[in-house]
This record gives sequence, structure tokens and C-alpha cells, in this order.
Amino acid sequence: MTAYIVRRLLYAIPILIGVNLITFALFFIVNTPDDMARIHLGAKHVTAEAIERWKREHGYDKPLFYNGEAAGVARLTDTLFVQKSLRLFVFDFGQADDGRDIGREIRERMWPSLAIALPTLLTGLAVYISFALLLVFFRATYLDLAGVVLCVVLMSISGLFYVIGGQYLLGKLWNLVPISGYQPGLDAVKFLVLPVLVGVVSGIGESTRFYRTLFLEEMHKDYVRTARAKGLAESVVLFRHVLGNAMIPILTGVVVVIPRLFLGSLIVESFFGIPGLGSYTIDAIAAQDFAIVRAMVFLGSVLYILGLLLTDLSYTLVDPRVRLE
Amino acid sequence: MLPFQPVVLWSDALLFLLLAAVLAFVRHVRRNDHLREPWRRVAGSRLGMASAVILAAYALIGLLDSLHYRPQLPIQPGQPVQYAAEVLSVFDALAEPLRTRVEETYSAPFATHLFVKKNLTQDDGRVVRDYPRLKYGGAHLQDPAQRTADIATRALRGAGWGLAAAVLAWGVAVLWLGRRREIGVMAAGRALLHDPALGGVRSALFTLGLLLLATGAVAALAGHYHVLGTDKVGQDVLYLALKSIRTGLLIGTLTTLILLPLALSLGVAAGYFGGRTDDVIQYVYTTLNSIPGVLLIAAAVLVAQVYIESNPELYDTAAARSDLRLVFLCGILGITSWTGLARLLRGETLKLRELEYIQAARAFGVSHLGILGRHILPNVSHLILITLVIDFSGLVLAEAVLSYVGVGVDPVMASWGNMINGARLELAREPVVWWQLAAAFLFMFALVLAANLFADSVRTAFDPRSAGQR
Repeated sequence: MTAYIVRRLLYAIPILIGVNLITFALFFIVNTPDDMARIHLGAKHVTAEAIERWKREHGYDKPLFYNGEAAGVARLTDTLFVQKSLRLFVFDFGQADDGRDIGREIRERMWPSLAIALPTLLTGLAVYISFALLLVFFRATYLDLAGVVLCVVLMSISGLFYVIGGQYLLGKLWNLVPISGYQPGLDAVKFLVLPVLVGVVSGIGESTRFYRTLFLEEMHKDYVRTARAKGLAESVVLFRHVLGNAMIPILTGVVVVIPRLFLGSLIVESFFGIPGLGSYTIDAIAAQDFAIVRAMVFLGSVLYILGLLLTDLSYTLVDPRVRLE
Repeated sequence: MLPFQPVVLWSDALLFLLLAAVLAFVRHVRRNDHLREPWRRVAGSRLGMASAVILAAYALIGLLDSLHYRPQLPIQPGQPVQYAAEVLSVFDALAEPLRTRVEETYSAPFATHLFVKKNLTQDDGRVVRDYPRLKYGGAHLQDPAQRTADIATRALRGAGWGLAAAVLAWGVAVLWLGRRREIGVMAAGRALLHDPALGGVRSALFTLGLLLLATGAVAALAGHYHVLGTDKVGQDVLYLALKSIRTGLLIGTLTTLILLPLALSLGVAAGYFGGRTDDVIQYVYTTLNSIPGVLLIAAAVLVAQVYIESNPELYDTAAARSDLRLVFLCGILGITSWTGLARLLRGETLKLRELEYIQAARAFGVSHLGILGRHILPNVSHLILITLVIDFSGLVLAEAVLSYVGVGVDPVMASWGNMINGARLELAREPVVWWQLAAAFLFMFALVLAANLFADSVRTAFDPRSAGQR
């Protein structure tokens, strides 16, 4: 088991190097620091000196891979690749364009993100699986048909409309919850209700349909026939046997996203003014702050690979047949 | 000498290339009976055919909107012929009144007055603050009180034309059926109404009829009113929503041009050759997959934006510039979204490779390319088709989100995402400016719903496993 985990972690290294190279190529080779400086300075102030000064202030005045002016090891280390890109490996994210430490911002902002993303995931999972089980229980009836039609209709609506509709109905028309904003501590609850609700509702169509198909596939398997032959009630077959056996495909989809919950949702957070990592990223994109975007890309990849590892480990918990060697 | 200068934007060229590919595919399918069979099942599905009609209507508008030209400016004596800087399309020419009738600012659907109060100078010189009459919307009315009656008569007259067209379509269908089955007109009409095998055709004709009815009514009204109101700068919202169709369709289809070759070649190669090739390809797509999708798209779009800014020689008009950005966006979406299909194809090829007939082909000395083209490709083609159709609606929805994040299409380009973005803050107004959101919602919802339903019927027809499931 330990050996397996270590090996998986070692596999992650080439992938992270790949991610690092892709982002480096995008942000430094296709799009040179000169271009970056020009955008940040604005069209009016572009002079050769201003560009050089901006690059010096933000530490971009180095060669890409090989620094001929430095001595010894510094020839390789005093370069953009090492200073800006490889440092991400030790989670040293450097500074944003406004001079703030990115690592500190991330540590502060991940909590509001998590406060929305975790309840959304858990509530959503409970709601989607219950709906799907309900539809499967009444399969091949008009209730099932109506449910599937509703799912297709719901999944044809853009997520933006769920947010706008939720804010308008609950926030403005019925005045139940604040439209947007955030406060730390227990007060956060009233700000979190609406984003969580919107997050859950916007996923109903697609997820319910997905789980329904999943359960229907299980229904055709032999153990279901055996359970019925034993004389078990349909509800017991469904809730105990089918649900239990469907846990593996459900886990595959869910566990992998858990680590990424820290990163938050771009849309929900920016609409509701939640000071989490999602809105941090969106602000960085708007301000073209590439240092932050780079850090978030790297962090996202690390968390994804962590999610894959967790998925494998979770299999051993729900399925005794799986052994990691 | 043409009175206009044809303009072929990058996206136009790619779109027509894609159209040519689709037509070639259709021709190929028509010639092979075993390929036609699943399509017959799609044609027999009522929901599938109804949604196909809606999709075809969208595609028609999108294609008309992709034939671009620059109109000639009035000729000055002694000067060479000049063309306008503005790039128009055939659709613009057809919808000329919608494009040119620009009000001052917001006005509600079917309004005769502006949405905001202005200082008005009356005949006796007094200045009052009131809602001024619109320049175009309902301007033909002497008295705004006649509006309801006027709208009703115009809508009825338009719907009448629509009904006539629908009847014509049914008539053509009856004649076609009569000739095909070699029966009389009466018998053909009865068959069209009652034959269960023609359920798909019936529902297609029914949908077409409703569509024609609605189009007739709207077209009759659109010349005299702003059917869906006007936006902040007074543009007709109906026109913007119709223009957005092309953007949505392009995002959904052009992406395929990048996605398909990548996914097909890499996915099949990984599955077929295995070993080192498989390792490398798997490494590439795991790496790409591990980067959060939106962030990778955002990063690439930001970079593309800077690239476009710093290479002004790539475009000559503003339209060409936003078009370039759109093409880049499609390319980026293609590069970030091929991994799913590639993984699917790899798995399927891995299974096929071990089958006896492939082993036999290899024993006979058929080349790798021969096996891939002859035996593997036809057997994974249903997967490709299903995935592409399912992806389409996701891409249309993604456009709105990306435009909201600020990494979507050019902000000056007509798109549903930009419409939503512009209208979002106006919900805080009192009374609410709702029509822009409603229009974007309606047009997007109809397209995505039709695409989803069509994808479902394609999947049921092509995937043997899903038979009996919905």
C-alpha cells in the first residue's frame, strides 16, 4: 500500500513538469515579458525604458533558460524558468503584480471557497442520488419519463441563468437572503445559502440523468436477479444492493473533485462576491495578472493528481476485491 | 463591377470547409446501406426530427450570416471605388430594418415610448420630463392607443403567410410521399397523417409549421416594432439575438475541426500500437487533463489576445479582428477538449485490436494504415459521432460562461454570453430591464435543448447498448 502510494506520487512528477512546461511556454515564450509589460503599462506609457523598469521591478528581466552573465550554478538558476516556474514545485508562488504574496492570499481565500464548495458537493450528491433512485424505482412509468424530460430541460439552461434567476427571485423579489457579499464566522451562513442552492439546482439535470443511467446499468446485472429471486422487496434491492454496488462509479466521479474544491467556482464566487480563490482567479484574469493565473494552474494540477490518488485509495474502502499492489 | 466586395473571414472559410465535409459524409452515408440504417432510425424518431428542424433553422441563419461582403460607398466623381469599412453579411441585408433602426437607449418589447424619461420641448415651448416616442418602434401609429389592435392585425396577417408556407410544406411532403410509394395523392395524405412509420416526418412537418407560423408573425411585426425591445445603445435585441446564432454555432462546430483530428489520430494510435506510443500519448493527455479546464482556456485566450494585439497586420477590419479571436477561441477549446474522446477511442481500439478479424488482417500482411482505415475507423465511428453531437451543446453553453469570465469572444461581437453580460447589472433597475436576458435565454435554450434531444436520438440510434434506455 505504502509502496503503491509512493509510486503514484513519483508518477505525478513528470506530469507536473509537463504542466509547468506548458504554462511556461504559454506565458514566457509565446507571450514574452515585453508583451506583458506593454499591456500593464498601457498604450500611452510604452517606452523602452518603461518596459525595462517594469520587467526589473517584477523580476522578469532574466533570460529564459540560460543566463550567460551569471557565474557557476547561477547560470542555470538565475533564469526565468527556475525563478518563475520551477519554484512552484516548492509552493513558492511569488508575488502578484500588486506586490502581495500569492501564497498568503491562497491560504486566506481557500476557506470561503471551501465553505461554498463542500456543502454544494454534499447536498448535491444527496439530492441527485435520491432523485435518480426515485426515477429508477418508478422506471418505465410516466413519472420516470417526466423526470427525464425535466432533466433534459434543466440541463439545457446555461448556468448563468440559474445564478441570475436565484439572485433575482430569492435576493431581490422575496428578500430572503443577501444578493451577494460575505462575512467570516457564523454570519457566513446567510450569505452561503443562495450560492449553495444555486450550485445544487444548476447541477440537477445533468447529474440526476447521469446517476439514473448508472443505476439502470446496475439493474441488469446478475446479483440484482439473485436478490429478487430471494424474494427481497424492490426497495431493498434498490437501496441496499444496487446503491452499494454503484458506489464505485459514483466515487470515481466524486472523489477526484474533492481536493479541487479549495479552488472554488469562478462563476458562483464572482457573481456572489465571495472572497474565495475562484473570484481571486477571475480578478487575476481580468487584470491579466499572469503570476496568479500560473500559480492557480499549477495548484489545480497538483490537486487533480491528488484527487486521482484518493480515488484509487477510496476503491479499497468500498470494494474489497480491489487491492493496491 | 460588383456593387460590393466579397469578404471571406477565417471562420467563414472554415465553416464552409466543415459544411463541405458534412455534405461529403452525407453522400458517403447515402451510398452505403449499412450506414443508412441508424440514420433511418433517427429519421423515425419524433423528438429527433423535431429537434433536427430547429437545428436546421439555426444552421440556415448561421450560414446566411457567414456570407460576408463590404458594400460600396457612394461613388465620388474622379475617385476610385471605395468600400465601407463595415463588414455585412447576407443575413444583415435580409434583416436590414432590424439593423438600421436604432433607438436612443432601452425600450421594452413592442413599446412605442422610450424606457427612460427625457426633457421634451413641447409645441408651446414648455419643457416637460416624459417618455419620448420611439424613432421607429410603433412610429407609424397616430395614437399609441391603437397599438394592441395594430399588433394583433399584423401578427395575424404574418401568421397567415406562415400558415400558407406550412400548408405548402405539407403539400410538398404529400407529393413526395406519393411519388415515392407510387400511390395517389389522397392515399399519400392519409399515410402521412396516420402511418406510424412516418412519425418522424410528421413531427418534423409539425415543428416546421409552428416555426413558420412564429417566423411569419415576428417578421410582420419586426418591421414596425422592436419585438424583443432595444438594448442600452438602442440596438434591436431580436437582431442581436439572431446575430448571436452564428457565434454560438461556430463555437460548437469549428472546435470539432481541431478536436477531431487530434482525438482520432492520438486515441486510435495509442490503442492500436500500445507500448511506448501509448505511454507518450497517455502522458500528454493526462497532463492536459490535469490542468483545470477554464484556467487553461483562460491562459491560452489571454495569450492569444496579446498575440492579436501585437500583430495588427493579421487583420484589416474590426470584424476580421474579432473573427480572428473567435477562431483562436475555437482552436483553444479544441486543444483543451480532445482528451475525453481520445481516451474513449483508445479504450475501444484496445478492445478491437484483439478481435479475430483484425488478427487475421494482420496475418495476411495488411499494412497498419490499411487496418486502421479499413477495420478500426468504421468500428469506432459511432463513438465519434455520438461524442461530437453531445459535445456541441456543452460548447454552446461554455461560450456564455467564458464570455462572462472575460475570455470568450470579442466583447463587440454579438453573442449570447455578451448579451447576458451586458444585461446582468440592469436587473437591479426599477422597473427591471428583463428583455435582453429573456431573449438570450430563449434563443440559447431552444438551440441547446434541440441539440440535446437530437444527441439523444442519435445516441439511441447508433449505440446498441442504449436501446430501450433513454
